[in-house]
Amino acid sequence: MIRLGAGAGFAGDRIDPAVELAREGALDYLVFECLGERTVAAGQLRRLTDPDSGYDPLLEARMRAVLPVIEPGGTRIITNSGAANPLAAGHRVAAVAKTLGRPTRVAVVTGDDALEAVRRLDPIVWETGEPLSRCADELVSANAYLGADGIRQALAEDPDVVVTGRVADPALYLGPLQHEYGWASDDWQRLAAGTVVGHLLECAGQLTGGYFADPGTKPVPGLARLGFPFADVRPDGTATLGKVAGSGGRLDVRTATEQLLYEVDRPDAYLTPDVVADFSGVSFQQAGPDRVEVAGASGAARPDELKVTLGFRGGWLGEGQISYAGPRALARAELAAEIVRERLTAVHDIAPEAIGVELIGAGAAFRGLAPASEPLEVRLRVTARTTDAARAHTVGWEVESLYTNGPAGGGGARSGTQQSLVVRSCLVPRDLVSPTVTMMEER
Amino acid sequence: MNELTVDDLADVRAGDKGDTLILAVLPRDVEAYALLERSLTPEAVARHFAVTDPVVRTELPHLPALVFRVPSILAGGVTGHSGLDGHGKTLGYHLLMLRLERTL
Repeated sequence: MIRLGAGAGFAGDRIDPAVELAREGALDYLVFECLGERTVAAGQLRRLTDPDSGYDPLLEARMRAVLPVIEPGGTRIITNSGAANPLAAGHRVAAVAKTLGRPTRVAVVTGDDALEAVRRLDPIVWETGEPLSRCADELVSANAYLGADGIRQALAEDPDVVVTGRVADPALYLGPLQHEYGWASDDWQRLAAGTVVGHLLECAGQLTGGYFADPGTKPVPGLARLGFPFADVRPDGTATLGKVAGSGGRLDVRTATEQLLYEVDRPDAYLTPDVVADFSGVSFQQAGPDRVEVAGASGAARPDELKVTLGFRGGWLGEGQISYAGPRALARAELAAEIVRERLTAVHDIAPEAIGVELIGAGAAFRGLAPASEPLEVRLRVTARTTDAARAHTVGWEVESLYTNGPAGGGGARSGTQQSLVVRSCLVPRDLVSPTVTMMEER
Repeated sequence: MNELTVDDLADVRAGDKGDTLILAVLPRDVEAYALLERSLTPEAVARHFAVTDPVVRTELPHLPALVFRVPSILAGGVTGHSGLDGHGKTLGYHLLMLRLERTL
C-alpha cells in the first residue's frame, strides 16, 4: 500500500496543514500542487525581469516548514513549484536543505517549455481559432502539460524531492504510483484509477470540506484548521481516502463526489497526457469516520497530442474601488460609475469597451443575470485594460478623486495597477515534447 | 408552496475551463435526482444563464449527479475577464436559484 498526501492545492495554499500531514500522516509521498494556468504564465513574466526567478514564491517557505519534520529516506516530496524555472527551483530546494543541515537529493524534471516548438509549428489557438503567428509578437511563454513519465524517470534516481514545471495535476500523483507499482504505460485501467486518485487529491482541502462548506446545507467543522487529505492506494488502483485524526474538516461520500466532478468537462472522457479516464463508473463508500473507499475507474488510450498553455502579454489592468451605503446607495454608485467612465474616456483617452464596471453587492457576481433589491451598501469597482502602465494608473486615480468630486458619502477607496497576462491554449504532437531529468545536490 | 428551487434539492460545485463554466449538480437523494433529471434540462440551464450556445448535460445516476457544461459564459475566463470573479466560481449559486416547475 502506498500513501500519498496532498500538501497544497494551489500556489497560495496554507502551509500548516501540510506540516501536520507530513508529521502525523506516515506518508510515502507528499505532493504540492502549486501551478495553475495563470501561475505558470505569471512566473514567466517574473523570469523575464529576473532570470533566477519564475518559480513558486512560497517554495522556500514550504520546504523550510516540511523538510525538518519528515524522516530522511521516508517521505518523498513531489511538486510542480518549478513553474517557469524548474532548475532554479531545484537549486533553491537544495540550498534550503543545506541550510537545514539535511543532505537532500533533488531531481528536476524539465522539458515542458514548448516555446520553440509552437513558434515552428504555428498551431491554431483554441480561443481565437486563428494560427498562433497572428499574435506571436505578444507570446511570452508556452508550456506543455507533461504526463507522469518524467516523474517516474526522476524517482528511479532515488531523490528526496522531485521538482517539475508544467505537469498535468493528477500526474503528480500518478508518477509515484507508476514508479512503485510498475504500472505499464498502456495499462489504461490502472492509469485511470491512479488519475482519479490524483484528481481527488490535487486540490488538497477541497476534498476535506473546503469549497464545500455551506452553513445552511453542508456544515463542515473546524475549517480554520482544515486537514489535508491522503490516499492509501492499492496495487490495483483502488484507494481509501483519509485525513489525519483530530484535524478539521469533513471527508465523506458527498465531499468526495463533489471533488470528483470539479472542473470536469466530460466525466466519461477526462483527458490527461497519460490516459483518457472515465469517471462515470467511479463510486464511493464510507469506510469509517473520515474514510472513503474509491473504486470503479476505467480508461482508454492516451491522446496523441498534448495541451499547451500559451501566455500572452495583455497590457496593463488598472483598478479602483469605492463604497456607498444607506439610502440610495445603488443610485449614488451608478452615478459614480458614470462619472468615472466619462472621465476615463474624455480625459484619459481610454476606449469605452476597455472599461469594466461592477456594482458589488448589487448582483455583480451574477453578471446581470439576477435583479438586485436595494442593497444596504454597494462597492463600485471600475477596471480598464490599457497598453501602458501610466494610463492604467488613471483608473484608480479617477475612482479616488470621487472623494471630493463625486456623489455623497463615498468611502474606502482603493486602487491598483498590474501587468496583465492572457492565457490561451493549443495542442502539439506529443513527440515534440519530452521530459528530461537533472539531479542536483548542494554540498 | 409552488416556489421550488434547485437549492431545495441539490448542492452545486462550479469549475471552469477557459470560457466554459462547468457545474456539477449533486441531488441530495434519489427522488431529488429523478425530479432534477426531468426538469433541469440543458435548455432550462441555458435560459437561466442567458447563453445561446447549447448547454451539454451528462447524467451520472449512480453517484447521483448531473454535470452541465455551459459554454462561452466566462467571457475570457480568469485571465481575460476583468471582473472580480473571473473563474465564475460564484455562478454555481446562481444555478441554485433556478426555479423549478413542481411536477409531482
